[in-house]
Amino acid sequence: MGLISAASTIFDAGAMAAGFGGSMTFIKKLTASSSATLSFVDGSGGVVLDDTYKEYVFTFKNIHPQTGTKLFEVNMSIDTGSNYNVAKTTTNAEIYHAENGSAAGLGYVSGKDLANGTGKLKISSEIGAENDECCNGFLRLFNPSSTTFVKHFISDVQGNYNATFSINHKIAGYCNSTSAVDAVQFTFTSGNIDAGDICLYGIA
Amino acid sequence: MAVVSNGTTIIDAGALGSGVATGKMILIKTLTASSSSTLSFLNGADSVVFDDTYNSYAFKFIDIHPATDDQAFTFQVDTGTNTSFNQTITSSFFNAQHSEGGTSYLMVRNSGDQGQGTGFQRLTEGSGADNDQSCCGTLTIHTPADTTFVKHFISQTHNAHSGDYAMNNFIAGYVNTTTALTRVRFKFESGAIASGVIKLYGIGG
Repeated sequence: MGLISAASTIFDAGAMAAGFGGSMTFIKKLTASSSATLSFVDGSGGVVLDDTYKEYVFTFKNIHPQTGTKLFEVNMSIDTGSNYNVAKTTTNAEIYHAENGSAAGLGYVSGKDLANGTGKLKISSEIGAENDECCNGFLRLFNPSSTTFVKHFISDVQGNYNATFSINHKIAGYCNSTSAVDAVQFTFTSGNIDAGDICLYGIA
Repeated sequence: MAVVSNGTTIIDAGALGSGVATGKMILIKTLTASSSSTLSFLNGADSVVFDDTYNSYAFKFIDIHPATDDQAFTFQVDTGTNTSFNQTITSSFFNAQHSEGGTSYLMVRNSGDQGQGTGFQRLTEGSGADNDQSCCGTLTIHTPADTTFVKHFISQTHNAHSGDYAMNNFIAGYVNTTTALTRVRFKFESGAIASGVIKLYGIGG
């Protein structure tokens, strides 16, 4: 049964009509607790990562490594998480400034990008593990269920570099596959994700 | 008939009550390309809202695919009911590039910026037309209906370049007019938009 007011459909078929409410829908929150990985797998644990939305946004809140100078990483899967090894070509630009003002700059970071590499993609600098150190940011994944196009993503992560620098990494690239991406996994280069949470949103 | 809960009007006269908390990112319009020479959003036409209803407007690009190889995806704006799409723009453009073969750059792209130019503003560089190549991203135009200030825009896009590069593009600038903007048009510099989706959202307000 729908709910119609002044000839405008407000609710129908279990959903709010277009034009009402927001277009950014919360899907899932994962909270780290000395976690080796945090994984979002379509169809598992309430996660939606399919053609329901054309854009998905992962937000990173106070991601804290268990051991210092570790880089936050992501990889994607086309087999619902059995393997996280999708080929990716990516770019990595960083902007940095030292706490003591001794250095600042903008540059391309060739050691933290991938050229059709299947390994984990580094999306932060070396994050310190002091109690107040962490990284925050987001990753946007476009149209992951397309079976025609490569899958574009854009990430922006701000973090502490080993207690001495503010570093912002602007990373983007594409999964060089025409298979649907149906799972995304986050890790540190080594050691656990000690604390922090990652939320997944769908953009209608 | 209104829906009232605990004294608060939830729904009345075809709209949510003003006291109902909703998101501040509202989908306004979706346009889907099919060998389209242009895609245009015109305030007041086909349910498009592009006025002072929202603080800013975000256009999302989903797998925009050119019919012709090696083309920049572009936009322009206009005022009133004008159809020239030739407003004056001053803008900046830089990108990070990395090829599938491992070559990388970070550079200002003077070919993509404008200094009081009236041409279509580039949002990508050299978008490839291979079957699996496309571009995605966002363009945000702030306070388009303002009649005091110039109109600022910020865009970030990512495209698969015709030379098999990943290109992360950062574009920003302003439309140098104090007249309200009412319409936005997208196109490739040459050739049609073979396929893809552009969604318009209202933010805040």
